[in-house]
Amino acid sequence: MDFENSFEEQRAQDSEFELDLLIQTIFHRYQYDFSGYSRASLKRRLIRACEIRGCASFSQLQHTILHDTPPFDSLLDIITVRVSDLFRDPHYFKAFRELVVPQLRTYPSINLWVAGCATGEEAISLAIILREEGLESRSTVYATDINANVLKQAKRGVYTFEQIKNFSENYLAAGGTHSLSDYYTTGYNAAKMNRDLLDRIVFSEHNLVSDGSFAEMQFISCRNVLIYFGVELQARAIALFEESLCRRGFLGLGSKESLQRVPQNQRFVCLDQTQKLYQKGGVVDHGRV
Amino acid sequence: MAEYEVVVVGASAGALDALQRWLPLLPATFPSAIVIVVHLLPGHASMLAELLQKNCPLQVKEADDKEPLLAGTVYCAAPNYHLLIESDGHLNYSVDDPVRGSRPSIDVLFSSAADALREKVIGVVLTGANDDGAKGLQKIVREGGRAFVQYPAEAHASAMPLAALGACPEATVVPLAQLAEVLEQVTQPAKNKHQIEKPV
Repeated sequence: MDFENSFEEQRAQDSEFELDLLIQTIFHRYQYDFSGYSRASLKRRLIRACEIRGCASFSQLQHTILHDTPPFDSLLDIITVRVSDLFRDPHYFKAFRELVVPQLRTYPSINLWVAGCATGEEAISLAIILREEGLESRSTVYATDINANVLKQAKRGVYTFEQIKNFSENYLAAGGTHSLSDYYTTGYNAAKMNRDLLDRIVFSEHNLVSDGSFAEMQFISCRNVLIYFGVELQARAIALFEESLCRRGFLGLGSKESLQRVPQNQRFVCLDQTQKLYQKGGVVDHGRV
Repeated sequence: MAEYEVVVVGASAGALDALQRWLPLLPATFPSAIVIVVHLLPGHASMLAELLQKNCPLQVKEADDKEPLLAGTVYCAAPNYHLLIESDGHLNYSVDDPVRGSRPSIDVLFSSAADALREKVIGVVLTGANDDGAKGLQKIVREGGRAFVQYPAEAHASAMPLAALGACPEATVVPLAQLAEVLEQVTQPAKNKHQIEKPV
């Protein structure tokens, strides 16, 4: 069966109605609330879920969720998983090193939070920078995601050779001072990140839609997660980040994300327009360190 | 409210030249938003919006996430992201996997536009060496929108216009030199529209 066609033959308004019911059913069954997500992207993901589960419509998928109650894991993978690279968008990490790290040095202990860490690439990238900048011993990197499966994978820290090649180029473009190969060992056609590096990272489940703040942070990085949220949910997440950040703490977003459309806009100062680095209350506190 | 809220445009090989040949001919009062997906190399900052702004009477910009569509504005998709349109008329990015090798994907933009704004969408497929946009164009027409395809023989690469026509025979073939004029006529409020009739 050509699933894409079966969806295309359906009138858009009918499938929208079914999509609402499916989102409600997922919440009812599994307590994951996707109603505030960007709808167009969510719809594409759920069409993919129908395809994988062999369902010709959202109603059929809804039926299997209600009556067969399959484990939610695989569906959550389809809805939420994003792929990333070590040092993805190297200039972001370069800007972090140049603009944020010098200020992090002034703190006796440093908490960093990668919100929506997926398979851990960004958390590992930050851990490498902290080591190279001599801040490792007083830093903790918290890496959270809505999906427990990807966290398991992240904790293993294993990447394919193909990925590593790309990672090395990114690492150098991001201002790395060693060689990326210092941080992993190879075998079985794969590279495993060093255990002592992975041990600096606390991986944990956390849902930006429903969970709260859990520690005071000096730096929060949340990239290419908010684009999947509607404006209200974005505002909720930013409020959570604002609450979690220490005074004059730092926030990093994805290259196409910004604070422009959320109410907290005025309470952050943009440090780097292109790399989307922000500082909480930067201007208000100016001169009163 | 304009009869068509958005014109979605897809182009690949030869895109820049093709776009520069008709965008400057649009009137400053063009009543719909224009959203453009061009296949670009990932990892490079895109100069597309700056290049297209040259001589174009409409504002041209790289789209921001959650930005509302405004009439008379041209939005370009950033490299390495899909660009989608939501039903409340704002733009939305995603980093979902490339669709058959492309991110941004023309099909993703077109199909989200058809889902969101249905008969208020015009789809335009220009030059390109693959078949991206064909399925999306078909969906636009199915939802009651209109479709235009660059005259394949004059395209830098004819594969994409030909694929679009294959999947969507209802589309109107237009040479680039006339595209601005045709779009202007089609998007006119109904009372002035007598030259081009909507196909039944």
